[in-house]
Amino acid sequence: MIDKLKLVSHVDAINWNKIEDEKDVEVWNRLTNNFWLPEKIPLSNDVQSWNQLTPVEQQLTMRVFTGLTLLDTIQGTVGAVSLIPDAITPHEEAVYTNIAFMESVHAKSYSSIFSTLASTKEIDEAFRWSTENVNLQKKASIVMDYYQGDDPLKRKVASVLLESFLFYSGFYLPMYFSSRARLTNTADLIRLIIRDEAVHGYYIGYKFQKGLEGATQERKDEIKDYTFNLMYELYENEVQYTQDLYDEVGLTEDVKKFLHYNANKALMNLGYEAMFPKSVTDVNPAILSALSPNADENHDFFSGSGSSYVIGKAVNTEDDDWDF
Amino acid sequence: MLLQADSTRESTAGTTDRVTGEELDAGDVDIVYFSSISGNTARFVEKLGRPAARIPLYAKDAPLVARHPYVLVVPTYGGGDLGPAVPRQVIRFLNDKRNRSLIRGVIGAGNTNFGEAFCLAGDIIAQKCGVPHLYRFEVFGTPDDVAAVHEGLEEFWKQQP
Repeated sequence: MIDKLKLVSHVDAINWNKIEDEKDVEVWNRLTNNFWLPEKIPLSNDVQSWNQLTPVEQQLTMRVFTGLTLLDTIQGTVGAVSLIPDAITPHEEAVYTNIAFMESVHAKSYSSIFSTLASTKEIDEAFRWSTENVNLQKKASIVMDYYQGDDPLKRKVASVLLESFLFYSGFYLPMYFSSRARLTNTADLIRLIIRDEAVHGYYIGYKFQKGLEGATQERKDEIKDYTFNLMYELYENEVQYTQDLYDEVGLTEDVKKFLHYNANKALMNLGYEAMFPKSVTDVNPAILSALSPNADENHDFFSGSGSSYVIGKAVNTEDDDWDF
Repeated sequence: MLLQADSTRESTAGTTDRVTGEELDAGDVDIVYFSSISGNTARFVEKLGRPAARIPLYAKDAPLVARHPYVLVVPTYGGGDLGPAVPRQVIRFLNDKRNRSLIRGVIGAGNTNFGEAFCLAGDIIAQKCGVPHLYRFEVFGTPDDVAAVHEGLEEFWKQQP
């Protein structure tokens, strides 16, 4: 890379006993509590399940995961790091270093999946595909361009769209397999990645909104236009990428609903209203259930046509959760 | 400066904040909610456009006391396996018997991407208080969520004894 790396020009010793934004501490604690490594997941239990997949499904899985590896690599080495010089508080800088490191853990964990399930030849072929797929490369280059731009708020927009939207064409597949009781350990690992990305998107989106707070209406309009234009550009490319991957197994339309659903949440993380209407975000309940076991249960008591409610199944609570 | 009314309440005619001793009177509201400084849950409640009272963020703030039956709106963010899911401010609020006796339902907020922690605080409160978990929404809710909850609450309150 020819561009000179931009660094923070001045650093004071970070004092965690003097907090300017309590969200920094809250998110730091959340992220460090959520810390994990792929070695803790018994991926080898999926070998039998892997062997029951068709060759087409296996190839799809490899391609999906190399695509995700590329995004995590970008976010770990460029995306999260590019946010550090824009940070307002020293604690925010520290949170970005945590985010950057976890993205590298995510990127590495796909290699753990590969080495457990596939041969070297299959792995090499999948990586070659990822460098040759036009739509995957385009998605990477769109985001990389924005990271190298000079507008801190625009960088945060690109980062949130990556964290909260661009991953989901890939995340769909392990959730789909999980809903059919296949590759369930791999799905456990992916769920940990999804949880991390959700916290990242929430936090970077929060910082974006803080940064926009004092801006003029003109500036706010400019950023909003930019955000929706970037979303459209990425969305169009994402649809084509989804077709490249999923047409062969007939899942493209189902994946698109999942894209719409997550695009809405990415926009909301940035403080904007959802863009896609209910009619195109009706994600397959089995996928939602694979994401979150309580997502589809009693989701809407109000529309239950007056039938008596059932209180959800027991949940683990901490002693200090509840101390009447 | 301890007893600042939030914007939702200020915009609601007939709702007043009254300080009784060291307490903050919730006034004539049927929604009580908690929202962190990121304000997502507050934004959802604002969009509902119903009289609502916000549970104070800081321990130094006077505690909120409900006077009428209410539905509690509460978010859960992050992971569920570590650390308490119910915000400590909400625990403080529900530890007051007067508040506990008036809760009629819970609405949970969060993100399905948090996995098992999705709306976990809502589940815990519903179970402990024996009230229904009425609805779950994500981030600050879509327009469809706002419409569903608004209509749902109208019906819900009609059915309450």
